[in-house]
Amino acid sequence: LITTFLVMYLLAEFDDAANLLAANPDATTISIDEPTEIPKNQHGRLQEPGREEDDELLGTDDSDKTELLAGQKKSAPFWTFEYYQTFFDVDTYQVLDRIKGSVFPVPGRNFVRLYIRSNPDLYGPFWICATLVFAIAVSGNLSNFFIHLGKPTYRYVPEFRKVSIAATTIYAYAWLVPLALWGFLMWRNSKVMNIVSYSFLEIVCVYGYSLFIYIPTAILWIIPQRVVRWVLVMFSLCLSGSVLVMTFWPAVRDDNRRIALATVGTIVLLHALLSVGCLAYFFDAPELDFPAPIIPAHNGTTLITKIQ
Amino acid sequence: FAGLADVSISEDIPVEGEITVPVGSHSPDEDYSTLDEPVRDTIMRDLKAVGKKFVHVMYPKKSSALLRDWDLWGPLVLCVSLALMLQGGSADSKEDGGPQFAEVFVIIWFGAVVITLNSKLLGGTISFFQSLCVLGYCVLPLTVAMLVCRLVLLAGSGTVSFIVRLIVVIAMFGWSTLASTAFLADSQPPNRKALVVYPIFLFYFVISWMILTFTPQ
Repeated sequence: LITTFLVMYLLAEFDDAANLLAANPDATTISIDEPTEIPKNQHGRLQEPGREEDDELLGTDDSDKTELLAGQKKSAPFWTFEYYQTFFDVDTYQVLDRIKGSVFPVPGRNFVRLYIRSNPDLYGPFWICATLVFAIAVSGNLSNFFIHLGKPTYRYVPEFRKVSIAATTIYAYAWLVPLALWGFLMWRNSKVMNIVSYSFLEIVCVYGYSLFIYIPTAILWIIPQRVVRWVLVMFSLCLSGSVLVMTFWPAVRDDNRRIALATVGTIVLLHALLSVGCLAYFFDAPELDFPAPIIPAHNGTTLITKIQ
Repeated sequence: FAGLADVSISEDIPVEGEITVPVGSHSPDEDYSTLDEPVRDTIMRDLKAVGKKFVHVMYPKKSSALLRDWDLWGPLVLCVSLALMLQGGSADSKEDGGPQFAEVFVIIWFGAVVITLNSKLLGGTISFFQSLCVLGYCVLPLTVAMLVCRLVLLAGSGTVSFIVRLIVVIAMFGWSTLASTAFLADSQPPNRKALVVYPIFLFYFVISWMILTFTPQ
């Protein structure tokens, strides 16, 4: 709760800064959102990639309009309901497009500029995290059930505690890591002029949508084969990690080379830690069952040992 | 006022009329005063309203009665009975057991509040308590499924009983989701219906999962 209030306070401050910038376009300050094109219709379909490439090559002529529009969009004070409604201003096809963009990263395309375009939403991050929490808990439970099925001493337990643990972990990751990253980027921006910088909500958005790939991964983790599970870990880490890297590399690339690499490395490392940690905690290790050679005991009964 | 000085009522014009106000039929306000009726009438009226809503849920036609006269008695009764029925397993296993009473309660109410907030933030026109009312009442098929599961588990807990329970829970989950969608989907903007229906699906899925994985000790 405290984090939420802190975030809302920071957002309010940030909106003031955005409004100041919109009012003073000639000031030599960092642009809040780098625009790719005029957002003439927020509900329009995505244009073809060819046109977007041209638009990216265009200068930042439309930055004033974008900032004005961005400032106008979120001008309600943060204690009113309308303020929060601006974060849910997405249609079904927009959410589906953003999910698609997080699963199929196109090299060279920036997720934020391509899909978010100064309309970050909180619907995707919140419900993807909720689905992921229950996917991990349910899949972990099912996988443990199938692994231990034949054993005579096994009693099935629903393991409901793990739901709350999963929820805490995933929501903490989806909110605290973007907060830390945003703070870090703001601090670096004050030292080095970066062309590209993201607002806090855009970072939350990227992180939320990048977690989507873990939902089918968690379901596939039910398969009790070690190799399959690690291949899935690598595959999903590559996909979502590349989305994150391609998003944040332009934001740190103008900085000191070592700091840039360290930042991007930390992002990927935390992402990997999340997936490996979830795999290790919620899914029991599949035991390797192959029959050992039969050892005849003294009184003639046979012993079969299991190798774990 | 000199001209009025000589105006006077002559004494041979009779002045007559009635001063008393006739007490005719009861004014409409009297009908809303329920203080004088027997307690049984009050309780029966509320029970009938709750019962009528249960019937609406079981046969979800597009009627606005559920939305118009919302009440939270039905959801409370359903939630408490579902949470009670999900107990009785984990007395000795302190960890990794089934959900506790408080957990079920919190999941149902907190989940319903979050879904309602979600639909309102997406631009829905339904009111907060109406949505809570619908979501709570649509837990009824799942409560029936829980009852059936407990009865089936009394008979045995083998594979056959699991398959029967699975089919019952899946059927009731579908019924719940369809019933609540039938009531709630109309109040959403048309290009966001899926965004509103998905959390409802997730909510009833979690409750169904809790019901299906219930194992008595």
